[in-house]
Amino acid sequence: MTENVTAKGGQGGGPAWEPKVVAIFCNWCSYTGADLAGISRLKYPAGLRIVRVMCSGRVSPAFVLKAFHEGADGVLVGGCHPGDCHYLEGNYKTLKRKLVFERLLEQFGIEKTRFRLEWISGGEGDKFARVANELIKEIEALGPLGSVAERLRQADGLSLRAEGGAGSA
Amino acid sequence: MPGPKIGVYVCHCGSNIADKVDMDALRDFAGELPDVVVSRDYKYMCSDPGQDLIKADIKEYGLERVVVASCSPRMHEPTFKRACEVGGLNPYLMEMANIREQCSWVTVDRGGATRKAKALVRSAVNKARLLEPLEDKSVPVDPKTLIVGGGIAGIEAALKIAEAGYKVYLVEREPSIGGQMAKLDKTFPTLDCAACILTPKMVSAAQNPNITLLTYAEVEDVSGYVGNFEVTIRKRARGVDEKLCNGCGTCQEKCPIKVPNEFEEGMGLRKAIYTPFPQAVPNKPVIDRENCTYYKTGKCRVCERVCPPQAVRFDQEDEIIKERFGAIIVSTGYQPFDPSVGKQWGFGRYDNVITGLQFERLSNASGPTGGKVLLKDGTEPKAVAILHCVGSRDKNYNEYCSRICCMTSVKFAHLVREKTGAKVYDLYMDMRTFGKQYEEFYNRVVAERDIYFIRGKGAEIMEDPVSGGLLVRVEDTLLGVFREIPVDMVVLNVAMCPRPDAQEVAQKFGIQRSADGFFLEYHLKLEPMKTANEGVFIAGTCQAPKDIPDTVGQGAGAAAEALKVVLLGKVTVTPTTAEIRETLCSGCRMCIPLCPYTAISFNEAKGVAVVNEALCKGCGTCAASCPSGALRVRHFDNRQLLSQIEGVCAE
Amino acid sequence: MTDARTKGAGPKAGLEGGTEPEAGAALKYSFFPGCSLHSTAREYHETAVKSMAALGVELEELEDWNCCGATALSSADTLLSYALPARNLAMVAEVGRPLAVACNSCFVTLNRANAVMASDTPWRKKVQEALAAIGRRLTRPVEIRHTLHILRHEVGLDRLREKVTRRLEGLKVAPYYGCQIARPRHQWGDPELPVEMDEVLAATGAEVVRYDRKTKCCGGALMTTKEDIVLSINEELLREAKARGADIIAVCCPMCQMNLDAYQGKINSRFGTDYSIPIVYYTQLVGFALGLDEAEMGFSRGFVPATKYLRKYA
Repeated sequence: MTENVTAKGGQGGGPAWEPKVVAIFCNWCSYTGADLAGISRLKYPAGLRIVRVMCSGRVSPAFVLKAFHEGADGVLVGGCHPGDCHYLEGNYKTLKRKLVFERLLEQFGIEKTRFRLEWISGGEGDKFARVANELIKEIEALGPLGSVAERLRQADGLSLRAEGGAGSA
Repeated sequence: MPGPKIGVYVCHCGSNIADKVDMDALRDFAGELPDVVVSRDYKYMCSDPGQDLIKADIKEYGLERVVVASCSPRMHEPTFKRACEVGGLNPYLMEMANIREQCSWVTVDRGGATRKAKALVRSAVNKARLLEPLEDKSVPVDPKTLIVGGGIAGIEAALKIAEAGYKVYLVEREPSIGGQMAKLDKTFPTLDCAACILTPKMVSAAQNPNITLLTYAEVEDVSGYVGNFEVTIRKRARGVDEKLCNGCGTCQEKCPIKVPNEFEEGMGLRKAIYTPFPQAVPNKPVIDRENCTYYKTGKCRVCERVCPPQAVRFDQEDEIIKERFGAIIVSTGYQPFDPSVGKQWGFGRYDNVITGLQFERLSNASGPTGGKVLLKDGTEPKAVAILHCVGSRDKNYNEYCSRICCMTSVKFAHLVREKTGAKVYDLYMDMRTFGKQYEEFYNRVVAERDIYFIRGKGAEIMEDPVSGGLLVRVEDTLLGVFREIPVDMVVLNVAMCPRPDAQEVAQKFGIQRSADGFFLEYHLKLEPMKTANEGVFIAGTCQAPKDIPDTVGQGAGAAAEALKVVLLGKVTVTPTTAEIRETLCSGCRMCIPLCPYTAISFNEAKGVAVVNEALCKGCGTCAASCPSGALRVRHFDNRQLLSQIEGVCAE
Repeated sequence: MTDARTKGAGPKAGLEGGTEPEAGAALKYSFFPGCSLHSTAREYHETAVKSMAALGVELEELEDWNCCGATALSSADTLLSYALPARNLAMVAEVGRPLAVACNSCFVTLNRANAVMASDTPWRKKVQEALAAIGRRLTRPVEIRHTLHILRHEVGLDRLREKVTRRLEGLKVAPYYGCQIARPRHQWGDPELPVEMDEVLAATGAEVVRYDRKTKCCGGALMTTKEDIVLSINEELLREAKARGADIIAVCCPMCQMNLDAYQGKINSRFGTDYSIPIVYYTQLVGFALGLDEAEMGFSRGFVPATKYLRKYA
């Protein structure tokens, strides 16, 4: 046990570019499905990282933009299958918002295929791993978000920082 | 302004995490993050000494936030919340980073896993910094339990709860409780008859004053949540006044209509007014309105005339029962695989190809042949083939093993020998006799005369067009030869499948299904009866194929789970609900129709939305739509989630 | 009787040469006869083309087609077993029409090459390289239909019934599909018990008898190397047909026809039986029922002539 030892410098040698995907998953289905992928020892690239929300209905456009703003190359939102939502119908709201997300991204010059909404149940560890690998492969083909992220970063009037602004609740 | 003091605890989980993630690097990285005053790694954070580290540091360093990087929060969040609470820290000030299920177990290379673990820890630290203390609330629990499905699992659960002194409603779709077990003849490995051991339990269930038995009934709707489920049950009209009927059976004797009996697997007949089998509980008939002459033509009414206590009620209507329950046990059972979908087995084409359940009925003394194993033409078979794995362990149908078929086949082999002079050919892929006294039973039957065990999957059944006999084709994998075995009866031991309405039932009770279609348990090994929906438990073959001993075990286990809910008398309600910050609310009312629980209303006087926190479940759909950011979900608010996204993205 | 697979009958998206035939309009296919149809199975070739033409379906023989490699080649040279049929498919793609095939073995071999073209296995690239070496190109699978499938689903039973002028009332036919056509799962209702030929034959007025061994193997080319085994399995096929009261057996594969017909005498002497069951192609019966010239239907070509059962309808 060591206390507070200074971190090693740098990040260590990684690949030149590894697609970064922020996955925002509902607690009841998709997050459980992702856990099952782990329990089944299925593999997917380390660039995909999951943030847990209680329901996919919690995902606001600001979260998706924030992820791209912070340098993500893709965003994956996961919810329960239609009819299976733990909160009755949150996933239906997410499905409707998908259209908003896509149009929003297009306005920023971000390919809408960088955003994906998937229904993954708690029993679908294999589906999650498949989707994760598929999406990362697709994003690899698209290349890094790069300059588009820069454009988004400079876009005025968006409160995406964690502190302050209307989105700061 | 300095942030809150944060402690980070990195768990090795033995080698589960440490093998893939550089523990030293991760601990040091965490120590460098802003506001982190202590970072440690330990072999098993969930162990007592691991938890003690946290407790001690809370005192020593005056920690205001704790981050544990270990397994999924679905596994140990309660453990570490409790540790914090004991250590004097509000449990909602603890955050977890899932570096096992979502990092070390799914990543190929150590470099990638370590980078990812760092990102996840940074993300958790970011969120922890912004956490706020919350207090759990509790609400009273309705002390009744609802059990759906009156097979042996449901009966067992009902008896256990009722004997503990608590009220149970046992709802069964069929006219009688008993389920599939009631159809069986002898049960392995002891060969006691199913009815002899099941009937006493069925009768006890009917007589226990704590059990309300609702047969010929179905759950129509479930709302509410653990402690207070509101359930609507439709009790279908029997056409018979259950209070007056004394079960004498005169109506069934005199009814002129005969239709195939579902209970006899289509092999026997029943009347239009009927009890499915002699030991039915309750022993009160129902009128099958689809086949009854009176409902078709308006005439007949023979049963009504002959009924001594005048109990027949043609005008009886369905009864709708609304009740509140603290806990629910779903024990809806399985569906036998339909072998007619695979033409190679000839089921439905050849008279003497039958399913295992049909064999049970033939062998059962109260079945259509009075317990004689006979061919369709009434003669005794001379050679019987028994096929394992029909629809199981077969990628064309179901990949899983149905677990009971090996023992059932061995039992059938014994029964054929006991009841006929026929030779028996048992075609197995692997002999899986795994339970207590099972292997011993198998060894006993292996030694019986004229039973031939052949290792190979029965591939095909053909009829000899000249003799009408059956020909079973199999590759004998021990001899390495292809065999054709002439027999006159084939028993297909078919897979146990999820019921056809499993999806509908799952949605009704808010439970999920695994890839094989069965209901999904919370944890395969450690929480086999719990589901993702708190307060809803599963038992028996609706969860996975299993034999009677395991089914009964789960029934009792589910009863313990339900009793845990009702005995406590109160349930903790999560405080992670939504709140409105009135000063920011513009009164646009966008949130109101979005709430699935109608928890948001509008205060006309103030011109702002109001959240009823007793109704709110904290999904956050409202907050995602609030244009002014007035709606805030505690523990999952915008700042917390945005900072987490920042955390996973940064390098 | 299942009609469930009609949905799969139209050309699929993503296939080359898949022009959707308009309803009621004449259907035109590239036609791959294969080696057998040019030699031992001439009557299959002729009656397939003629009866299809009578039903408004044009089978245009693919120019410069080559042997599909049959089932034997795959055990000798995997790449060649894909590349040979792929050359034909490449030429089909150039013509731009879906492909019709009558021989079961060709049907399977061509479909197997098609599956390689739809996959992302290394074989796909190797096949493309092989094709490039002879100046041909194939990027996607092409649409392949068995003539039996075209009859059943594209022409349809109603049209067939309408066009029948000689109803084969009273003729008892056992429908024998052979082992290749329905497996693994090409375009047929059920891989174990397909019903497509049953339905087509019934539409001609013939009485289709139950025939449980309709997809059991005839032994194929093993007749030349393992004669004992193959004779006995053909005996079993004939035994059921006779027991079910069939006058004749209808087939859709030149190999099946050959084994059951040419070796019937040998089977009789080996097993002491007296089978005399003509083995004819379903297209011979369909063409005859459509009113085509009896002499052109080749009923006398078999070792066991079918003429005596059909003369009365002429």
